[in-house]
Amino acid sequence: MVADEQKQLNVINACLLAGRILIENGSEMTRVIDTMQRISHNAGVDSAQMFVTVTGIVISVNNTPNAQVATIERRTIDLDKVARVNELSRAFAEQKLSLTTLAKRLDRIDNDTPTFSFWLRLLAAALLSAVLLIVFTNEYVDAPAGFVIGGVGYAVFDFFNRQFKVQFLSEFIASLVIGLLAAIAVRLHLGQYLDNIIIGSVMPLVPGVPITNAVRDLVGGNLISGPARAVEALLSAAAIGTGIVCVLHFV
Amino acid sequence: MVKLLFELLMAYLATMCFGIILNIPRRALNMAGLIGGFAWGFYWIISRLGVGIAFGNLMAAFLISVISMYAAYYKKMPMVIFNIPSLVSFVPGGQAYQMIRNFAIGHSQTACGFLVQVVVIAGAIAMGFILGELYHQIWQYGRKKMGTHYES
Repeated sequence: MVADEQKQLNVINACLLAGRILIENGSEMTRVIDTMQRISHNAGVDSAQMFVTVTGIVISVNNTPNAQVATIERRTIDLDKVARVNELSRAFAEQKLSLTTLAKRLDRIDNDTPTFSFWLRLLAAALLSAVLLIVFTNEYVDAPAGFVIGGVGYAVFDFFNRQFKVQFLSEFIASLVIGLLAAIAVRLHLGQYLDNIIIGSVMPLVPGVPITNAVRDLVGGNLISGPARAVEALLSAAAIGTGIVCVLHFV
Repeated sequence: MVKLLFELLMAYLATMCFGIILNIPRRALNMAGLIGGFAWGFYWIISRLGVGIAFGNLMAAFLISVISMYAAYYKKMPMVIFNIPSLVSFVPGGQAYQMIRNFAIGHSQTACGFLVQVVVIAGAIAMGFILGELYHQIWQYGRKKMGTHYES
């Protein structure tokens, strides 16, 4: 009986860890619930109940007195972790892994999944700005300015995001810096159109993941998570807009 | 024709770059780029044929959703890895910026015009995704009926 309870606890803990990693790194709710149910089902616990929102998970097993809770405090975007958890859940379903190795591997995914190096991400952000500037406006003259300013804006965003952990604040500061630099570039005749430079440079900050997930959650019937994510995306957009407006007032 | 190829290349690059920022797995980068480029090319062609922005964006989002689903099954990876980066070229960034700018300098009438455009485009993309999701569900149902083993 004691061994049985211990096993249930292990299953619940593995489920919670998997769910937490998925939500923290930008997965949609349907996948989170599905993965947790699969893990508990494949571990032999069929009666697990779970309640999942973007800020916390509650899970309990029938006929046992205690429920377990995991809070989710920060949400970043790292789709590689989502893919890895998915892979692991598959391997567990095929019984290639035991429950203890699953827990260990999940822990490893949570703590050391390699990311692209900072310089590569910076280059990607800069290139993204330049490319989208061309796509959106069909002008080529401002592409170099967009390249530099977009890169700097992303670097500022990344720096403040790591320092303060308040995403809206770092988005605000980054867009403020972008606006200022664009205004300076136009003054110094390094760029021609202020509007185009700003449009391109702001693109790496766009909250693409919350928007997409908001729609998918709403369609999937998660009426708590969908609107919550939509609000998150709106706040990000508002933060970026406010930063730009602050600069435009003085140009 | 050269212009189309250029646009395809640009969208491909943009999608890959956004993928790097979101840290998608390395072996999915090329596939995501191809989906983004193809969807943008499709949108570019149908918008040349005189389809309005709403319908064009809807079709493109539907296309992204459906191709991402097949890519996800082919590569055995979650679908979000493909459809989020691919969407980056369709974000109504220009219109959103013009809206904010016009509000800031006090031209509310023009700003409202741009606001409507932003809402229409965003709504069309969302609708396209919803249709894609519907397609996904139907396809899944079909597969279950046929008795094949399904796992996402």
